[in-house]
Amino acid sequence: MKPLGGARFTFALALLFVLAVVVGVFVGPASLTPREVFAALTGGGGPGAAIVWALRIPRVVLGLLVGGVLAVSGASLQVLVRNPLADPYLLGLSGGAGLGAVLAMTAGVGTPWLVPAAAFVGAVATMGAVYALASAAGGALDGRVLLLAGVVVGAFAGALVSGILAVSASQGARTALVWLMGGLGGVGWPGVLALAAYALPGLAVLAAEARTLNLLAMGEEPARHLGADVTRSRRRVYLAASLLTAAAVAAAGIIGFVGLVVPHAIRILRGHDHRVLLPAAFIAGGALLVLADAGARTAFAPLELPVGVVTAVVGVPVFAFLLRRWTARSSS
Amino acid sequence: MDSPVFELSGATVRYGRGLAPSLDGAGFRVGAGEIVALVGPNGAGKTTALRALLGLVPLEAGRAEVLGRPVRSWRPRELARAVGVVVQREEPAFPVTVEETVTMGRYAHAGPWRALGDADRAAIRRALDRADVAGLRERLVQTLSGGEWQRVRVARALAQEPRALVLDEPTASLDLRHEMELFELVAGLVREEGLAALVVSHHLNVAARFAGRLVLVHGGRVVADDVPERVLEPARLAAVFGWPVAVQRLPDGTVQLYPERRPVAPGGLS
Repeated sequence: MKPLGGARFTFALALLFVLAVVVGVFVGPASLTPREVFAALTGGGGPGAAIVWALRIPRVVLGLLVGGVLAVSGASLQVLVRNPLADPYLLGLSGGAGLGAVLAMTAGVGTPWLVPAAAFVGAVATMGAVYALASAAGGALDGRVLLLAGVVVGAFAGALVSGILAVSASQGARTALVWLMGGLGGVGWPGVLALAAYALPGLAVLAAEARTLNLLAMGEEPARHLGADVTRSRRRVYLAASLLTAAAVAAAGIIGFVGLVVPHAIRILRGHDHRVLLPAAFIAGGALLVLADAGARTAFAPLELPVGVVTAVVGVPVFAFLLRRWTARSSS
Repeated sequence: MDSPVFELSGATVRYGRGLAPSLDGAGFRVGAGEIVALVGPNGAGKTTALRALLGLVPLEAGRAEVLGRPVRSWRPRELARAVGVVVQREEPAFPVTVEETVTMGRYAHAGPWRALGDADRAAIRRALDRADVAGLRERLVQTLSGGEWQRVRVARALAQEPRALVLDEPTASLDLRHEMELFELVAGLVREEGLAALVVSHHLNVAARFAGRLVLVHGGRVVADDVPERVLEPARLAAVFGWPVAVQRLPDGTVQLYPERRPVAPGGLS
């Protein structure tokens, strides 16, 4: 597929973003008419004001941030493991962040500011475990071995989480159980603020490393000779991707496939220049998660699906398609 | 006198404690405007010498300098503006075009933030033309032939506007024509732009045709460093490669060698 031109791509991205925001703000289980939503937005008050400002808008902003952050994290990890099928979920980062977050919640320190920190510790520890496992198997530089190690370590973290929740009697355990399913509800503005504060340094680091990611995609040796400080850059990208994943998981639980499918789709549509890919993945990932969340809120209203269910239902078939495409190409 | 572009002297490299050194007091220089070929049998230490010279392995003893400065004191970006390297194997993880690939040669100049300017675009255009790959600009590198891919990587190295080129086995998988084309390209760059070129090669005859000097490495030491006709002596080569060879002088003065036939007794392969 030939990459889209810059102008058309930017337009499509802008359209997707606007669509997501409009759908996110106007659609929901509370049956507000578009006129009521509009009145609330323009400061006209009315019955919808509380719902729009306290529930829907923070939820849309949270969705934009979580989806965007997961997609950027996935796009960077794909370079580090040299495999377009990598993402924070498959590499075990999400699971590790989840474990850290659950530990914080059950220990009774589940505040919006402490949970991301605990999740970050969990994500970094997981990354270390994944690397140790892959190195022990002699395949630390083989993307496939790393992914396999990631799946194993992620499953282990998941088992620990289940175990902790089963034996914990604390109030935090119930909160954690609901949170774990993955969702954008019930966080509100404090959660949005914490996520933004944690994500910002990670995003800044990755923006500074965008050109280095292009070099690293060529291989470590060529990257070095083209001027990359390979060891330092790899470490920085890992930490940044872990921080982004941790912030997203702490805010919204474990949401799979956004980090995989979104960057991969942008790679197909627009190519592999990470200076374009990272911001595009951020916008598209956020917009798609907001749309998925709108679906989750309305499909079985008044009941609400965890948004992770929606991303999995959409993401798994897309992943299967990408996997086929990828294996077909690498075997030809 | 200007300091040489590359200088290795008394360099010793050991990859592990208690292991025999992979490089054992090796030294040679490469000056501007000359092609030096690093030759020797498998495992002689050619690649290690290259890695030492590029600062990729620490030295146990000796010096490795680029333009008169210890190579390990160069920052990667600085070094990439002085030395362009074409490594042996390179497989991009994602499909990229020729133009994107050559553009990466400018990153060392632009750094993380600066947008590419007119000077960068001019350097890219010149590099594409010089390596004769301008017509391939839009192609994905994954669809190129071996010879085209090598030329694209030389173009990317040229876009770095370096003082020196280093090529590690650049023609290992190329056929005769593409091998000659690549060496003619490098020879032209050295002649016309005054670059220094260091080429690691297994192909002694091609090296003898193009290089001003051959540095013959054996057992981690430099056993000969001279013009090709003085390095390619049958007795020395037989001792280094463990196989009898004869040499012949071409009308233009270059020396070419050919291996003798010799039966190998069953079980006699060493």
